[in-house]
Amino acid sequence: MMDWLLSLLELVVFVLLAPLFSAWVKRVKCWLQNRRSPSLLQPYRDLRRLFSKQVIMAEIASPVFRVTPYIIAGATLMAAAVVPFISVNLPTAAIADVIVLAGFFALARFFQALAGMDIGTAFGGMGSSREMTISALAEPAMLMAVFTLSMVASSTNLSIVIEHLMAQGLVLRPSLFFALLSLLLVGIAETGRIPVDNPATHLELTMIHEAMILEYSGRHLALIEWAVQLKLMIYAVLIANIFFPWGIATTDSMSAIAVGAGTLLVKLVLLGGVLAAGETLFAKMRLFRVSTFLVLALTLALIGLLSHIILEVG
Amino acid sequence: MNISEFLLLTMLLLPVASALASFAADKNSALMRWLVFPLLGAGGAVAVCLGAYRLLHGGSQSFVFPAGLPWLHWHMLLDPLAGFFLLLIGIVTIAVSLFGPGYIREYEHGKHPLSALGLFTGLFVTGMLMVVVAADAFSFMVAWELMSVSSYFLVVYQHEHSANRRAGFIYLLMAEVGALCILLSFGVLAAFGGDFTFAAMQSAPLTLTWATVAFALGVVGFGMKAGLVPMHIWLPEAHPVAPSHISALMSGVMLKVAVYGFIRLTFGLIGHVHWAWGVALLIIASITALFGVLYALMQHDLKRLLAYHSVENIGIIFIGLGLSMVFYGTGNPVLGTLGLIAALYHTINHAMFKSLLFLGAGVVLQRSHERNLERMGGLLKRMPWTGLFFLIGCISISALPPFNGFVSEWLTFQTALQVPNLESGVLRSIIPIAAASLALTGALAAACFVKVYGIAFLGQARTRKVRHAREATRGMVLAQAWLALMCLLFGVFPTAVVGAMSHLTQSLTGHVLSTATAHGWLWLTPVSANTASYSAPLVFVGILLALSAWAGVYYFLKPAGRVKTVWRKAWSCGFGSLNSRMQYTATAFTMPIRRVFAPVWRLHEDDDRVMKKDLPLEPESIRYQVHAEDITWRSIYLPITRLLHAAARRVGLIQTGNLRHYLAYTFGTLILLLWIIT
Repeated sequence: MMDWLLSLLELVVFVLLAPLFSAWVKRVKCWLQNRRSPSLLQPYRDLRRLFSKQVIMAEIASPVFRVTPYIIAGATLMAAAVVPFISVNLPTAAIADVIVLAGFFALARFFQALAGMDIGTAFGGMGSSREMTISALAEPAMLMAVFTLSMVASSTNLSIVIEHLMAQGLVLRPSLFFALLSLLLVGIAETGRIPVDNPATHLELTMIHEAMILEYSGRHLALIEWAVQLKLMIYAVLIANIFFPWGIATTDSMSAIAVGAGTLLVKLVLLGGVLAAGETLFAKMRLFRVSTFLVLALTLALIGLLSHIILEVG
Repeated sequence: MNISEFLLLTMLLLPVASALASFAADKNSALMRWLVFPLLGAGGAVAVCLGAYRLLHGGSQSFVFPAGLPWLHWHMLLDPLAGFFLLLIGIVTIAVSLFGPGYIREYEHGKHPLSALGLFTGLFVTGMLMVVVAADAFSFMVAWELMSVSSYFLVVYQHEHSANRRAGFIYLLMAEVGALCILLSFGVLAAFGGDFTFAAMQSAPLTLTWATVAFALGVVGFGMKAGLVPMHIWLPEAHPVAPSHISALMSGVMLKVAVYGFIRLTFGLIGHVHWAWGVALLIIASITALFGVLYALMQHDLKRLLAYHSVENIGIIFIGLGLSMVFYGTGNPVLGTLGLIAALYHTINHAMFKSLLFLGAGVVLQRSHERNLERMGGLLKRMPWTGLFFLIGCISISALPPFNGFVSEWLTFQTALQVPNLESGVLRSIIPIAAASLALTGALAAACFVKVYGIAFLGQARTRKVRHAREATRGMVLAQAWLALMCLLFGVFPTAVVGAMSHLTQSLTGHVLSTATAHGWLWLTPVSANTASYSAPLVFVGILLALSAWAGVYYFLKPAGRVKTVWRKAWSCGFGSLNSRMQYTATAFTMPIRRVFAPVWRLHEDDDRVMKKDLPLEPESIRYQVHAEDITWRSIYLPITRLLHAAARRVGLIQTGNLRHYLAYTFGTLILLLWIIT
């Protein structure tokens, strides 16, 4: 029972911190680009404002359009519940393994793309088309990258993967290195960051995610925005906890959790800095270059998997 | 006659009765509604009961009916494997019998007799049920041919269109070539076993070479019916032209009967599975899955698209079977059982969601007379129930949690992830590549169904007929609801389904996957709790809880005064109102994918532009069409036809038409025979 309460508590913290992480990335980006940054609380203010605003719905919107924000937010919340956050070995992690995690993202994306096509504007269809193309390549790359980890730990359960990697100590495995590279590329593509998509623009020729949610307003938009921030945070936590698992709490004691929270905070601060630096260094790619980018991710993941199977097993 | 013999006969005879009753339906079409389809449905219900009982209680019962050849009576066998497939056929048959009465209304005043439709539907279902329970090669082939030939007549039901006749011919030709291969495969087994009963064939002492021959013939024979690439070519031709409830039966059930035949042959009759067969099958299956989904993406005809998705899903099923054979062949029977369960699970899932989607396509076709996606749009508002159930079908086939398609793909992935148990490095590297192609297939399928649902059911109607389409009749809605419910139940209670297959795997391979259900009904743990666990009921409840949590967040954060949602015109960049022609089309939707995977298809693009007179670079009108030709036509089938024609011409040289020459041939043959005899 305590376990369940603890994981619920961690989930609440996870969800509440997600906007902060986005704000942190934005702040570092501003520093790097010599701009003044908004307050770290700005995303919260935006969400609050959107929640209290009136919803303007397009006349031809169908029920799919109305339920989509809830399904996106719900599926992303489930995904957040599955990923070990401050402590490992939580009961929620057993509900769904890493393949189900990919499934939650796919469910959210499926409805997102449908909602994009619902109003019948060219922008929405364009966004959906691009999103599904990118995800068609990103999802297999993600699965292959996590399969590498699963084979290393002989488990698809994230908690057990992390515990296994921690128990091994610092062993340099080529497979993990490739998997990390691949997962970084996939994470960038899936969360719609530069160089794949630019969350800061509404330029019709380049936008992908923003094109699909163009017709949303008010609380619906707030839910989608929050889900996007949550997804970014999930990828960050996933990478931080799997590849750099040191410090994560393995027991329920207060001190272990405090240490876990502290180290995770440091990891996320650093990872956010890396993401912001990447976004500053690279320009957005042309859409048809993205496929090369993702095929690279898929190839890296496959190389990781094969190098594990050939070099490290037996 | 005991009770199960009676039930077995009832199950086989009810569809026959339905077929006979349809003769009276030409005079009185109400009979179709009140007698023919209910009898068919009753047959399906008996099949469900019989199959479920046998599946859950295990054991096998054999029957001998005094029919057929004098020295070879018809043997029938009810074992858990047959029970599983009876259940599958029954579930879809029930749906079809609910759907049929509403759907055939448009044929009631057509030029084709309803009796033909009812007769062949009844015989078709009888044939499929009988294939599953047949226990000797003779009755199996009789049932198989009954199934193939009656479905041929259903494909060409509207034979005034030349496309239908062509599709029917290709279908019949491939069905017969396939049947020949199956017959040869049985012949190899019977030659060593000494008898045509399955029991004798099972105990046949086979050398590896002959076992491989029998297996290869089986792959070709059953693969031709199931639609393995490159033998899939009849599917996209035959499925679109058959009446939709027949497409549901053909795609949802008949392909599964071929899967049944393959499992019976490989795991039941040949028995000793060699790992190399598994590798070969795995490669063919991975290609089939990817090929199917990539071609499905390029289709505009809804039923043709679904037919290519059947190819894809058959590929997924055979990936599971291939993995299972690799693990069996290398001495990992428990993992082999896991692969088999994954394949069987996907088999029944595909039966349900593909039938559901074909029935939905049938409603659209009947209500709007439109098969082309590019002319649909906004159907969700016109037919809310069909729209809802079609959405459930789309989610299921795209393998999204918590519906059923996800569970079986998850199990297939779990099987593939057990490769470190294998000794050989080559095997260990082939299987992850198969898993990668499965992942790619799943993601592309989701893209394809976003296209289907987004273009057909969302947005604005693109033509007048679609704008005025009405919801289906109650029976048709009920049929879809039944299948949608099955999709949900099989998705949310996977542990029960896997548990129910324990007798099946026990009787087929002698192993039970006891670990999968070891942690109670909530948890599915295929290998062990530490390796992987999935709790579909908790995921389902969790998603519901998450939805309410977000609703709670909204009510907590919303301002004091109630803010009403207002409905306005969609934003149109200030250019006046949007019209249906401004929407993305299905062709446009798949354009980025077309660029990424360009070499896969042979694309015929048709790009007409009329330029403005005063502005030569500004087009006045653009017309763009793209059609993806199946590359197997040009690379495999056309050369074969050319070869056959050339051979026929050579043989034709001896047909001089001169009587004396023929007499000389006869004389020569006679001498040759005499020489051989002495």
